[in-house]
Amino acid sequence: MLNIELCGIKLRNPTMVAAGIMGSMASSLNWIYDSGAGAIVTKSFSKEPNKGYSNPTSVGVTGGIINAIGLSNPGVEIIKKELNLIKKEIPKVASIYGASPDDFAYTAKEVEDLVDMIELNVSCPHAMDGCGAAIGQDPDLTFKIVRAVKNEVSIPVLVKLTPNVTSIIDIALSAEKAECDGITLINSLGPGMKIDTETATPILKNKVGGMSGPAIKPIAIRCVYDVSQVVDVPVMGVGGISDYLDVVEFLYAGASAVQIGTALMDKGPQIFNEISINLENFMKIHDFKSIDEMVGLTHRV
Amino acid sequence: MHVPKVLKIKKILTESKSVKTFIFDWNFNDSLLKPEPGQFMMIWNFEDEKPMSISKIDFENNEIGISIKNIGSFTNALHQLNNGDKVGIRGPYGHGFEFNDFKKILAIGGGIGMAPIASFTEFAIKNNLDVDVISAATTSNELLYEDRLNDAGANVFTCTDDGSCGFKGFATHRMEDLLQNNVYDLIVTCGPEIMMKGVVELANKHNISVQISMERWMKCALGVCGQCCVDDSGWRICKEGPVFWADDLNNIKEFAKYKRDSSGIRNYY
Repeated sequence: MLNIELCGIKLRNPTMVAAGIMGSMASSLNWIYDSGAGAIVTKSFSKEPNKGYSNPTSVGVTGGIINAIGLSNPGVEIIKKELNLIKKEIPKVASIYGASPDDFAYTAKEVEDLVDMIELNVSCPHAMDGCGAAIGQDPDLTFKIVRAVKNEVSIPVLVKLTPNVTSIIDIALSAEKAECDGITLINSLGPGMKIDTETATPILKNKVGGMSGPAIKPIAIRCVYDVSQVVDVPVMGVGGISDYLDVVEFLYAGASAVQIGTALMDKGPQIFNEISINLENFMKIHDFKSIDEMVGLTHRV
Repeated sequence: MHVPKVLKIKKILTESKSVKTFIFDWNFNDSLLKPEPGQFMMIWNFEDEKPMSISKIDFENNEIGISIKNIGSFTNALHQLNNGDKVGIRGPYGHGFEFNDFKKILAIGGGIGMAPIASFTEFAIKNNLDVDVISAATTSNELLYEDRLNDAGANVFTCTDDGSCGFKGFATHRMEDLLQNNVYDLIVTCGPEIMMKGVVELANKHNISVQISMERWMKCALGVCGQCCVDDSGWRICKEGPVFWADDLNNIKEFAKYKRDSSGIRNYY
């Protein structure tokens, strides 16, 4: 009942772990799949290893957390070894980042045979050296990167966009024009900032970081609602999901699948089982036969 | 939630040549802030933030203690602080020691691994458990909490690598002696993983349950970033740990073999 097909890849349910959550090693990703996720998305990785920012890299705020981990990862060579250790039956999405179209294309090509899809992180609000949101706020640069990767690999390519733009529709259309196979909405919000009131010091070492958690969900829902109306490719919804009703909302707004991140803080990987069970119950009660019937329902009421 | 509480250092105790304990006033009435032995805090000095065990949980005086061994730039910076200086504390975090129905416990700490062993021991004795402690160090002026834990009512046995305390040998040598003459129903241990591996092996031989306390590089300490996940269960040291049962080690194959650095690259011991 929960199974879907996304860009030609079959998933047992529409939930995935979001990029950056327990995602740089096979062990934790296997655990997440065993706990019920429909697919896994790796933590964003790059050509070379990156230690990320010093701590503090995370701090609580009302409605979620802000983080500036800084895209730490062991580099594509080590990630390839980890990808090989992820169970064969698991649908895998590799989240990659870089500073240039060539960087993205190189890293995508390196892992093409090991994963089912690529997700381009052009939207991290705390990336260094011109990576991240600096790209995803520019329609032309987004177009170039999608094109560069599409020219290099034949597996589906998703693009994860930042909400921190004047018109997310323009960026999404640019990505679609470059022939991306799907769009993931949204990366963390902001950047935001948290200041310690005893010392007037910004708490994060990077001063600012991306906001995630329940507080950003309404913005993510709006982005999914707006973009899914104007693009033909499937949209992945992400931002503040912590239970099955949040998933229902994203599906109604037009998401074909969803990604879950910050909620693992309190619920752990078990959240995927919990959501699957409750979502299936909800569908029975509301007489839905498939996830597809729910996708974009709000556009049709 | 998950915001560092910036507190003034109330007292600083010099515990050994390289270890100081920083004492802070703490509000135990807030259940979210009430620490259990074996849990950890994220300590922020406005430059960096790292996980540290809670070495003292004093419900009577509403104080907690964090013991810091001077081993690098962060810990050295903390060692330069004075009474009244401010430090940020975020936590407590993690899964601590389990007490269940145990009666007679052997607690074994190696080096700064004695920190959670100290708060565990005092807590256990308050709850009328019988605790023997092995405090192990490289040399006698690095031994920790011997008087404090004796005063609390534990039997403290020391050992050092160089014999300067009177017993020359590893914690496992001391442990072997104690197991000859005592029956324990639980062993808890924290210290270098090679030491804990020896403790677990010896305990298994004697059929005694063991809880171990581990550490890994941490970033968020909230269970999301994945930095402290271990092979091959994927468990998070900051959530499922830092304290595990020895049986769990079947799912922590990297134990006593390697740990990952800040970028996630394995460093073998």
